[in-house]
Amino acid sequence: MDLHLSAALPTEQERLAVDAALGIPSSGWTGGVRDIAVDGRTAASGHAARAERHLLLPALHAAHARAGWISPGALNYVSQRLDVPPAETYSVASFYGMFSMEPRPARVIHVCDDIACLTRGAGAICEQLENKLGPPGSAWLRSPCLGLCERAPAALFTEAGEHPREEALAPATADALCQIANSGVIPPGSPGNSVPQAGQPQLRLLQRIGKVNPQSLADYRAHGGYEALRKAVDMGPAAVIREVIASKLVGRGGAAFPAGKKWETLHNSRSNGRPHYLVCNADESEPGTFKDRVVMENDPFALIEAMTIAGFAIGAQRGFLYIRGEYPLATERLLHAIGEARAHGLLGAGTHFDIELRRGAGAYICGEETALFNSIEGYRGEPRNKPPYPTEAGLFGEPTVVNNVETLINVPGIVLEGGAAYAAIGTERSTGTKLFCLSGHIARPGVYEAAFGATLREVIDLAGGVSGSGRLQAVLLGGAAGGFVTPAELDIPLTFEGTRAAGASLGSAVVMLFDDTIDLRKILLRIAAFFRDESCGQCVPCRVGTVRQEELMHRLAGNHPLVSVTQEAAVLRDISQVMRDASICGLGHTASSAIESALKRWSIFQ
Amino acid sequence: MSDPTNAAAPNPLIPIPRGPVPLAPPAAARCQIEITIDGRKLSVPEGTTLLEAARSIAIDTPTLCYLENLTPVNVCRVCVVELEGSRTLVPACSRKAEPGMSIQTDSERVRLSRKLVLEFLASSVDTSTAPALRSYMERYDAHPERFGASAATVAQPVKIDNELYVRDYGKCILCYKCVEACGEDAQNTFAIAVAGRGFAAGISTEFEIPLPESACVYCGNCIGVCPTGALMFKSEFDMRQAGSWDESRQTQTDTICPYCGVGCTLTVHQQDNQIVRVTSPLDQQVTDGHLCIKGRFGWQFVQITAPAGPPPASTPKDAA
Repeated sequence: MDLHLSAALPTEQERLAVDAALGIPSSGWTGGVRDIAVDGRTAASGHAARAERHLLLPALHAAHARAGWISPGALNYVSQRLDVPPAETYSVASFYGMFSMEPRPARVIHVCDDIACLTRGAGAICEQLENKLGPPGSAWLRSPCLGLCERAPAALFTEAGEHPREEALAPATADALCQIANSGVIPPGSPGNSVPQAGQPQLRLLQRIGKVNPQSLADYRAHGGYEALRKAVDMGPAAVIREVIASKLVGRGGAAFPAGKKWETLHNSRSNGRPHYLVCNADESEPGTFKDRVVMENDPFALIEAMTIAGFAIGAQRGFLYIRGEYPLATERLLHAIGEARAHGLLGAGTHFDIELRRGAGAYICGEETALFNSIEGYRGEPRNKPPYPTEAGLFGEPTVVNNVETLINVPGIVLEGGAAYAAIGTERSTGTKLFCLSGHIARPGVYEAAFGATLREVIDLAGGVSGSGRLQAVLLGGAAGGFVTPAELDIPLTFEGTRAAGASLGSAVVMLFDDTIDLRKILLRIAAFFRDESCGQCVPCRVGTVRQEELMHRLAGNHPLVSVTQEAAVLRDISQVMRDASICGLGHTASSAIESALKRWSIFQ
Repeated sequence: MSDPTNAAAPNPLIPIPRGPVPLAPPAAARCQIEITIDGRKLSVPEGTTLLEAARSIAIDTPTLCYLENLTPVNVCRVCVVELEGSRTLVPACSRKAEPGMSIQTDSERVRLSRKLVLEFLASSVDTSTAPALRSYMERYDAHPERFGASAATVAQPVKIDNELYVRDYGKCILCYKCVEACGEDAQNTFAIAVAGRGFAAGISTEFEIPLPESACVYCGNCIGVCPTGALMFKSEFDMRQAGSWDESRQTQTDTICPYCGVGCTLTVHQQDNQIVRVTSPLDQQVTDGHLCIKGRFGWQFVQITAPAGPPPASTPKDAA
């Protein structure tokens, strides 16, 4: 295949930015200076060049951060550098919500108008911005959940240029956002308290938060850091995996799959001659979820140590940390932590394991493990069909373990105390402690840690109870892919089995409260819009189903059903069943679960 | 030459007596797998897909994004079947048979999913030139109108930017077949890909540039695999516009392409003594159904077309 490029050329700045991400091109064939003596009798494309395709997303990030959009010239240059056909580069770039394929001002404010922020005034902020800055699309954009729910209403500031800037703005006011949009100057704000329990002695996963300097490896070690890795190395991979299995640790990403089982599969295939990969899923994008962000921002070394232990146990030499693009501070802290760990011989040269951080670019679907692989590999973040499962054919087609951030940070404690001691915490089938994301109408929003077994009421009490009007209307449990429960259901134990038995789901442990002033119809419409927006579009049930679901919800909310409300309800049942039964991945399977759960509990539409 | 160690080396000038030509080693016998489909037990070779297994016992499974000469992408989900023990339905086109599998191909759940998939497509896409999809709709009693007249569609103007074929993406069901045919599965040109996301996703060149500016080589293999007529020969498109397209008056003749030595089989579709379309049989070993620009489009010379206007003015080069 020969690349067919248009005549558009990158600007010098775009070229330098892409080169900064990819290195200087080695030949005229890949975008460097053409030199007949060097390039005249060789062709530098082919397998070697194509093996670099996994750098496509980082290269696009670089171009976008420089120019504020992906220009045809930059697209050509990136395509040429990586030997990717321009149509495919365009197909990948246009997949991500954070990339603009049209010229846009350098400075953009992404305003979260998702459900947690809606309960805290995001609607009014958007209205005011529309009056002052014009309709969304250039200076400001509406954004799905930014994962800053404990500080809602939230916004994200991005500025392209030689020194691109990205910063979370939360809590935000319309006036402050307008000022920042116009001046680019961000007044220093207080980071707020995302972990109200910080400092309490019973904490395990959050034990160091607020005490440790997140930018100091020495301080992390002074707080017990890297003791677990030392012990793990002494024990050897097989013993580490035995402890993880004994701990009964299950994945915290939503699917609750036993972590030890995945690790064991890879450990058993360690001599098959194929590379093994560890992937940490930090693409935390479920509306209402922010626990992983808080941990990564405040205790980044904990995740790096945990990944190192995991990599050691499963026999992986490379680990990928895939973090959502909307988390600039966490990204910065993790990159710093990886650098420090390398400098001190804990990663990279001289060790058997290294970690690469990869940033997403605004796509909820990339949290699905196989979509995440495709995203890292430089393809569209479309989920793959399973089987084969990742432990058999995952990243780059090789055996891979994918673990969520929260799952991994449980590991050092398991190594230090032993699996049996860990399994004694929590309940029989949900062991250990769990991080909960409390937001909405709650007195002290934030991340809370509680042993499995605590009821919904106890967790709400931990956070100071209902705020707003003080009269609770509904709780969203597990995020947009989870479901609603009523105030009468607060005694549900927040365990995997307890929520399932109650017809709910623990999901990503979102606990979002809505007081009785909230119009639940608006919340349901936002959830429907979220899934319509985030469907990757690959399979028909989800691509069209999420659209038909949203249309139907609008008809119900506007009180103009096609035939009758009863008939609409029957159509909605069909839509959700086909999405659940026939979609490729979990996004489609759960795209109607919150809406269904609400309609089951309340007669919202008459 | 005088090296004594080489003394026994055969002299290239003296012919070596030959035995029979060695045969390729026999293919490893594929294990047989026992599965049950709709209550009928059958044995299929390992690696068989559920779709192939169902077809082998004459169970007709609808497909849209599947084609024998392309890698299954399992995106349309119209072929889903119910697998005992599986939480969700599974795509027959790509799921391989495993020992002991028990499959239902016509259960209520399967019928509902197929019906909904067809309703979703027919309510968002112009199906006027997609006879297979329409026949499935009848079979599964699909009523796309139940989503209302204001249901969002992918309607958009037809793209006519070259003389050989048109792209009417208002008829596109996003089956990925054309992308596969343009890319890895046949042509290796990669002129088109799926761009955008969700309902707004569509087949596109980079920045939606017109085909003549793209990498397209006009092999027409995308048209060959399109199941809905979204991609169409310009000749067919023009006749449909004029109301003269009539398949009942067409004949199909298989012949060999006259251009090069490869020897591709062409199926020439003829109406009113004019070649209106050229395809290649899917089961034809040389082509697998794919052709090149010449075999696909280069047949104007065998037919008389009405003069399209004044003869072209001579260029300065001709004058010189």
